[in-house]
Amino acid sequence: MPDGTATSQPGISPAGLFRGESWGEWLDRHSRTFFIAPAVTLVLLFAIFPTFYTIVFAISHVRFSATGLKFRTVWFENFAAQFTGNQQVHFLGRFTSMSIAGWVFTLVIAGALLWWLYRAVVGGTSWVGLAGRLISAAMAMFIALLFAATLLSGNQWGTLLNTLFYVVVGCSIQFVIGLMLAFLCSQPVIGKNFFRVLFFIPLMITPLGVGYAFKMILDVTKGPFQPFWQLIGLGNWAWSTDAWAARWFVILGDSWQWIPFIFIVLLAALENVPKDHVEAAQVDGASSFQIFREITWPQILPVAATVMLIRMIEAFKIVDLPNIMTAGGPGIATESMTLHSLFLWRANNMGDSAAVAYLLLILTVVVCSSFFNFVVLKRIRGARA
Amino acid sequence: MSGPSYKISRDHRSLRQRLFEPPAVGKMSLMANLVAWAILLFWSLFVLFPIYWVVITAFKDAATVNNGPFFIPFIDFQPTLKGWTAQFATDPYCDAWSIGRQLVLLVNNLFAFIVSPIVTIDRMEPQICKVYLAYTNSFVISFGATALCIAVGSMAAYALARISYKPKFANIVAFVLLSLAAIVASNYFDVHWAISGSVALALFFLLARSLGRRFKTTLGNNDILFWIVSQRILPPIVVIIPVYMMFQSVRMIDTHLALIIVYAVANLPIVVWLMHDFFVNLPIELEESAQLDGSSRFEIFWDIVLPLTRPGLAATTLLTLILNWNEYLFAIFLTTARAQTMPIMVAAKNTGERGILWWEMCAIIMIMILPVIIMAIVLQRYIAKGVLLGAVKG
Repeated sequence: MPDGTATSQPGISPAGLFRGESWGEWLDRHSRTFFIAPAVTLVLLFAIFPTFYTIVFAISHVRFSATGLKFRTVWFENFAAQFTGNQQVHFLGRFTSMSIAGWVFTLVIAGALLWWLYRAVVGGTSWVGLAGRLISAAMAMFIALLFAATLLSGNQWGTLLNTLFYVVVGCSIQFVIGLMLAFLCSQPVIGKNFFRVLFFIPLMITPLGVGYAFKMILDVTKGPFQPFWQLIGLGNWAWSTDAWAARWFVILGDSWQWIPFIFIVLLAALENVPKDHVEAAQVDGASSFQIFREITWPQILPVAATVMLIRMIEAFKIVDLPNIMTAGGPGIATESMTLHSLFLWRANNMGDSAAVAYLLLILTVVVCSSFFNFVVLKRIRGARA
Repeated sequence: MSGPSYKISRDHRSLRQRLFEPPAVGKMSLMANLVAWAILLFWSLFVLFPIYWVVITAFKDAATVNNGPFFIPFIDFQPTLKGWTAQFATDPYCDAWSIGRQLVLLVNNLFAFIVSPIVTIDRMEPQICKVYLAYTNSFVISFGATALCIAVGSMAAYALARISYKPKFANIVAFVLLSLAAIVASNYFDVHWAISGSVALALFFLLARSLGRRFKTTLGNNDILFWIVSQRILPPIVVIIPVYMMFQSVRMIDTHLALIIVYAVANLPIVVWLMHDFFVNLPIELEESAQLDGSSRFEIFWDIVLPLTRPGLAATTLLTLILNWNEYLFAIFLTTARAQTMPIMVAAKNTGERGILWWEMCAIIMIMILPVIIMAIVLQRYIAKGVLLGAVKG
């Protein structure tokens, strides 16, 4: 936020015009304010203020009336509904009893997190760092428990785990494939510039177009792979009624669109790796895997961590692909949290819609800032040291 | 252990070869090239096939689509223009006057917005071809939002790169308290939110100057930069309900201006982040000498800084333009008919009694992605630069 005219103007003056001063001079005298004020005002008005305002919706039952909206404050009822009430099936999934695998998984994760916290305490982390680690660990524990109670015990998933599935699995797959393609294109392959332009195209296309294109291509009865589906005996099978198939196909469309992004950034990072290091290692007789592990990988790690962070932030917001390809179905199998909130809003259930949006905000902030603190910053410091 | 350890590989070459012929560095054997080509070609197929399928389906008709997969036009099936003409044939308002009507509509709606808090004026119903309306809406909104975003964002980025700001932590607390007060006032005392909000904002800017002196905790330029950039983490769904209410209360739902503002705010973090990198890397001497000559900050910014960063500006503009063109969630909330953008119009085609008419759908998807594809191919270098800077410099 701009504050006064501390450094640029000697002889601080009142805000008004001086005698004999033109508007241009006045404007210039306050230029430091005018440069930054539009951006700050826009963000305050249309991002920060609404974020606070959403709290009002999240803690109220909202009704339409003749004079406008009627709010009735119910405090945490909307949030509680997501965790314990009717919406719980939607948000967390359905869980009855935990299987042995679920318990083992939970205990292993709990042990690992406790060890991690113990290491931080012994290592003399600051209070802020310790608080951050506690929050991250609590979130991780909650998600692990949820994961164990639903997937590992054969129960239905909710939108929370769907979103995380898109983020974790989708981003990992995209990173691995993007890295492999970038590595190939950074080698002296003939005609690699042509591929570079070609691979870039999907990034430009509307997610909506991608959704329709994949819906069409994956159509079992009319799509291009119809003979193939017939051949393997799935001619009458509709992938859109199978939860896992639908999820994987959404990830397929998402990957088609986003691998180019990771590819192009990692390619730039790979080309910045000094050639002489690689050549020296080649002369020494290192295999290309050794060269990659010992020389290339450490050098591209900071960029890789940053690009993953950017990709993750975008992945949390995924809405158009599942909406177009499956409309969140079958059931809620492919519904992301944004889509969940959108559906609630469509049903005029603004309180719950805002509550889900807020939970998404908390999830995004905790996961992204954990990733930033414990992976990106660490790698960047490691690379500089 | 010092340094990387390599296994000693057995070298089958003769001693003479080993001594006098350097190993082949920077070249690949034919075999390796072939393997690489196979993988790259496979990936090209994966990238191109969905696009190809959309293109050929746009030239099919109902019979061709429903009777199984056909791949090659003129051999497998006879291409038709039915999908394309259907967009216009079913629309009673489709004629040569569309352009003029769209212009009148735009002007009227902008005017209606400006005077709407004072007098009630009816915004015009669109009596033009739907496809045409959505297409021009998309153009107006994405270009307008990009222009606003670049103007505001690059100014802020320049200021953050060159002028030192010391915002006080108390300002943030003040803004939070004031906006909460505004919300409470509008909800419980029936004050119109626009009044309470603008009073709160005005109070904030008045207090911002004086508040800081009492509290010593100051932040720097990097904190403002991080604050703006971190807005990208904010999921749009969190802000959309209040934004909808805000625009509704000034009768701005379904106007171009509403979407322009919201899109600009959503992309502001990217623009500020990228442009800040360009500005920081400029040599400062030119600006200093211009300052000595008596140029104002605005003149320096307009005459010296912007021309020097033209390539970066182009990259950022293109990236923002594409993001705006493809935006979906805000448009779905904030438009109904008049300001409907292309993605919303396409999504609305999903619900038909006869299922999705793929040939029509593909034609319209092609109309939608054509400008972007052309841009992507022609200006690939610039867009790539914009994408790259986001991650590499971050």
